[in-house]
Amino acid sequence: MSGKTLYDKLWDAHVVRANDDGSCLIYIDRQLVHEVTSPQAFEGLRLAGRQPWRVDANLATPDHNVPTTDRAAGLAGISDPISKLQVQTLDANCDEFGITEFKMNDLRQGIVHVVGPEQGATLPGMTVVCGDSHTSTHGALGALAHGIGTSEVEHVLATQCLIQKKSKNMLVKVNGKVGAGVTAKDIVLAIIGEIGTAGGTGYAIEFGGEAIADLSIEGRMTVCNMAIEAGARAGMVAVDEKTIEYVKGRPYAPGEAQWPAAVAAWSELHSDTDAVFDKVVELDAEAIKPQVTWGTSPEMVVAVDARVPDPAAEPDAVKRTGMEKALAYMGLKANMPVTDIKLDRVFIGSCTNSRIEDFRAAAAVVKGRKVASSVKQALVVPGSGLVKAQAQEEGLDKVFIDAGFEWREPGCSMCLAMNADRLGEGEHCASTSNRNFEGRQGAGGRTHLVSPAMAAAAAIAGHFTDVRDMTA
Amino acid sequence: MEKFVTLKGLVAPLDRPNVDTDAIIPKQFLKSIKRSGFGPNLFDEWRYLDRGEPGVDNHHRPLNPDFVLNQARYQGAQVLLARDNFGCGSSREHAPWALEDYGFRCIIAPSFADIFYNNCFKNGILPIVLAATVVDQLFAETAATEGYALEVDLPRQVVTTPGGDTFPFEVDEFRKHCLLNGLDDIGLTLQHVDEIKAFEEKHRAASPWLFRNADPRATGS
Ligand code: SF4
Repeated sequence: MSGKTLYDKLWDAHVVRANDDGSCLIYIDRQLVHEVTSPQAFEGLRLAGRQPWRVDANLATPDHNVPTTDRAAGLAGISDPISKLQVQTLDANCDEFGITEFKMNDLRQGIVHVVGPEQGATLPGMTVVCGDSHTSTHGALGALAHGIGTSEVEHVLATQCLIQKKSKNMLVKVNGKVGAGVTAKDIVLAIIGEIGTAGGTGYAIEFGGEAIADLSIEGRMTVCNMAIEAGARAGMVAVDEKTIEYVKGRPYAPGEAQWPAAVAAWSELHSDTDAVFDKVVELDAEAIKPQVTWGTSPEMVVAVDARVPDPAAEPDAVKRTGMEKALAYMGLKANMPVTDIKLDRVFIGSCTNSRIEDFRAAAAVVKGRKVASSVKQALVVPGSGLVKAQAQEEGLDKVFIDAGFEWREPGCSMCLAMNADRLGEGEHCASTSNRNFEGRQGAGGRTHLVSPAMAAAAAIAGHFTDVRDMTA
Repeated sequence: MEKFVTLKGLVAPLDRPNVDTDAIIPKQFLKSIKRSGFGPNLFDEWRYLDRGEPGVDNHHRPLNPDFVLNQARYQGAQVLLARDNFGCGSSREHAPWALEDYGFRCIIAPSFADIFYNNCFKNGILPIVLAATVVDQLFAETAATEGYALEVDLPRQVVTTPGGDTFPFEVDEFRKHCLLNGLDDIGLTLQHVDEIKAFEEKHRAASPWLFRNADPRATGS
């Protein structure tokens, strides 16, 4: 018999029962909760007269609707009444059921996917769910993590289980080493460019190979975060020394007494050498350059030194019309150099890239330079209050502010424009987020997905530019 | 979810075909963060003379005296008698939420829109399909008799009129089982409580660190 993949191991360790129809009842170790997808789930619990199965398995924080400007006024400072109500409702629900919540003005508040790992609330070997598709992020720690719907949020609250069918196994192997100036974001954009946004549909993706092993845990989070953009509900990376080092000492991490047993268990969390994957994709790290998306889907991506693709060269008719539509929406011409794309706004933030390393990389580019006068707004939005505090301790806030960036409070912000931060009609934005769909960052807005260093470089230049030329 | 076994309920007649979910609960109420409390806005556009908005106290709104549910004789109705294609249009689950919140437990019609029909079962409402001729008869009897109530027996799958007529109806075995026992997806999973608990104990013994609370001394920085 062949060995097990990491996904097989995580799955097998959580099967409560197998149903006749092929679905399984899977035990959930951690549920992260935010304000948008939880109100009806709590309401359902109340109506049915149920209590959460295990209150301590849940951790909540508001992120999507919170303002990223001054928060001194507290909830009263949220101008949109519907946003305010959602945040208030989360507070009330967590208070009522006794769920730990990092409220809006708590130093630990932030984007759920930043907060979970930061607190050690996401641990290797866990099953993690959240009513949010980017829950795949947590797979970076060797956890099985996926996004769920509101009725499933209620199901997990009430039963600590989820009804799931097992996915197939895919390995994405990035061989060799990336060059200087090429980051985790460029790797994952290149992967999506290679396999497409539906390439991972039906699979759980394990990311492996030397270039992935070389990444920090934060970098691995960036990669796993976008597994969903490749169509996979879950992405993951095997546990190694870095994982264990990362977890150590965090508030929810095992204490000294449990530490050795935990580490022993975690060291098994990798695919066996003789494990068989249903699909294997290999990429050459050396060939990956800084990436920029030019269209309205994350797979519409090219290297910064390339030209915007020409639909006329696309033989597939469906793809060709898709490309034409995307170019029209984005206001770009075929064959124009990517470096000719001018930016109106720059957004450094989101659950993909709002951790301390992201800010260090961006600040290194920005330091001693100024945001181009043609750029209307350049925002830096930390992923959590703790990231913000750390950055300030390192003086990164000063670097950004001196260059002309705005330094904000933590939250999702311009990633999805549910709060006041958004693009105007037709504006181009260099964004470190994960979705460049039409209207995602505001009606008519045009999003280009890039790494934090590339976004910083674009802010300085006013147009896309190869960050490797600036740091050299 | 509330169980449904037998019901003897006052009948309210809604004599029009193709009642869509937007009529059942207009779209401005979907912004709610709740799935309860939709009852006062059930059939809002027909029931009131002004336009309903979320968060407005309905007690002071002018009622439409011609709308059937506003008539004294139908207060407290639990069975809604309807016409063809009831619940068509958008798939919003707010529609059964509103009907249930108002107090309806059973809807009788010659036909239902598919998604709405499914959504009813998830919310403790029994939708019953009876032949158009039978439904005609029930409409006539309801109009003729104040306090007209029907007996609905789910285990036996029959509807009985005050006059003693009995009409059998069809219902999917699995859905019947769920309604009889008050089981939704969660209810079904909770039938395996012992297995979940046994797993949890084993899991806790093997990986106790997964069941820890945060160390209050650590700050996470
Ligand atoms: S940062 Fe963006 S992608 Fe991430 S959770 Fe928030 S809205 Fe979703």
